[in-house]
Amino acid sequence: MLLALDLALILEKLVLIVIVVMASLVIAMYVTFAERKVAAILQDRRGPNRAGPFGILQPVADGLKLFFKEEIIPEFSSKFLFILGPSMAMLTAIMTGAVVPWGDHIDFFGRTVSLQIADVNVGILYVFGVVSMGVYGIMIGSWASNNKYSLLGGLRAASQIISYELAMGISLIALLMVTGTLSLKEMVLQQQQGWWNFCYQPLGFLIFLICAFAECNRTPFDLPEAENELIGGYHTEYSSMKLGFYLFSEYINMFVSSVIMSTLFFGGYDLIPFYDESAWGLSANWMAIIGLGALMAKVVFFLFLFMWVRWTIPRFRYDQLMNLGWRILIPLALVNMLVTGAVILLKQNNWHF
Amino acid sequence: MQALTNRAKQVERQPMSFLERLYLVAIFKGMLITFRHIFKKKPTINYPEKKRPFSPVFRGLHILNRDAEGRENCTACGLCAVACPAEAITMEAAERQEGEEGLYKEEKYAAKYEINMLRCIFCGLCEDACPKDAIYLSETFAPADYQRKQFIYNKQELLIPHPVKEPEAYKKALGNRVPREKINPAI
Repeated sequence: MLLALDLALILEKLVLIVIVVMASLVIAMYVTFAERKVAAILQDRRGPNRAGPFGILQPVADGLKLFFKEEIIPEFSSKFLFILGPSMAMLTAIMTGAVVPWGDHIDFFGRTVSLQIADVNVGILYVFGVVSMGVYGIMIGSWASNNKYSLLGGLRAASQIISYELAMGISLIALLMVTGTLSLKEMVLQQQQGWWNFCYQPLGFLIFLICAFAECNRTPFDLPEAENELIGGYHTEYSSMKLGFYLFSEYINMFVSSVIMSTLFFGGYDLIPFYDESAWGLSANWMAIIGLGALMAKVVFFLFLFMWVRWTIPRFRYDQLMNLGWRILIPLALVNMLVTGAVILLKQNNWHF
Repeated sequence: MQALTNRAKQVERQPMSFLERLYLVAIFKGMLITFRHIFKKKPTINYPEKKRPFSPVFRGLHILNRDAEGRENCTACGLCAVACPAEAITMEAAERQEGEEGLYKEEKYAAKYEINMLRCIFCGLCEDACPKDAIYLSETFAPADYQRKQFIYNKQELLIPHPVKEPEAYKKALGNRVPREKINPAI
């Protein structure tokens, strides 16, 4: 029977979902802390170091502060949409973690538990769909605020994401031609045996990276919240935890896009490229732990990259942003796609024209 | 148009090349610069735990001095109040009674001695004016407070701890300062 419910499976997935959601929240919390620390270090400062040893309780203090702040809903805003905006931003940010393979599998009292919530065979399309939903949170929130600055921020966010999603999609098509699969798990398995996809698609990765920065509204693409032009951009009217949700969803998005980049281009939970780790003969649980560690190391690197870039370069002007997106990245992505296609065709034809 | 000077230079501006328009090279250069800052020494110190030492000539909070036996040096002559450009010092004199010889060094003493720290400009002229080495500026500064009236320091707050009764507190308050009577026994 197709609809027969496997209770143990449901329980297993539920536990996994809770862990992944919790973990991404906690990690995002500490990414905010890391951001402040990295900013401080890059600027020869010390950064937060008062709350707890080395300031590690700082994110807790920040969260508490946001909770205790007065909650203001502007009188002329549409209240339902005003609340829907940050909720959607948060929801879409968390949803992406569902298709990421966090590790291979673990043996749990004789039961094989896959460390992936759902191995969807269109995994990467799902990620794309959910990530582009994220901009709705911003747009709805900015429109519902009934504030010119917010609306401008929302408009910028929408146009920016549309422009950069194109280049991102095209760069991904080239990758999909190489891997021949949309499932993230499949991609990782391929990379475990062979080379990491970065070796096949360096230009594709670069375009993907730039577009990921734009999708996360990170500097140099943080025009939607440009605080010196648009006050706070789309979150000008927001206060208390609703503002917190917006800020937090940005960090979760950062985390998720780091995970996606590591999975797509850097072998996901594969520790060493060009090498088969199963030769060590370790048990599945140990391999899962090592794999998770490897993935997290890559994620930490990308998160650091996000911050490093943020505290290095200023924001683009709007025309520069559009020029870069439409007149440079999209042609580059197209060329990349064509060259990849040609090379694959050649290879299938045994290198004969 | 006639140039006023012939120092003007014609700048040649070319449109950015494709690589420049990618910004990547410039961004990478910038990132290297910021990366170098990771290893730089931070000039900040963790303030309340660590404090920068003040120079011995630092002019900080005033201290009303006692001699080695713990008698107050001040005779309420009022020279410091006269010297004070900010008019921060007020005092009231009183005559020493029989049996108070252990408290005050000379026959006259300051019954009330107040310095308004909000007026004070820490110039140190009071210290220069004092003939009895009764007031000097220490190496600490006035701490913050919640009320203006708390900044009017009275005699109890200004007096140095008693060298015989509280020798440790006295030592701490004295710091590295050499009492003037050791340099010039005349006072």
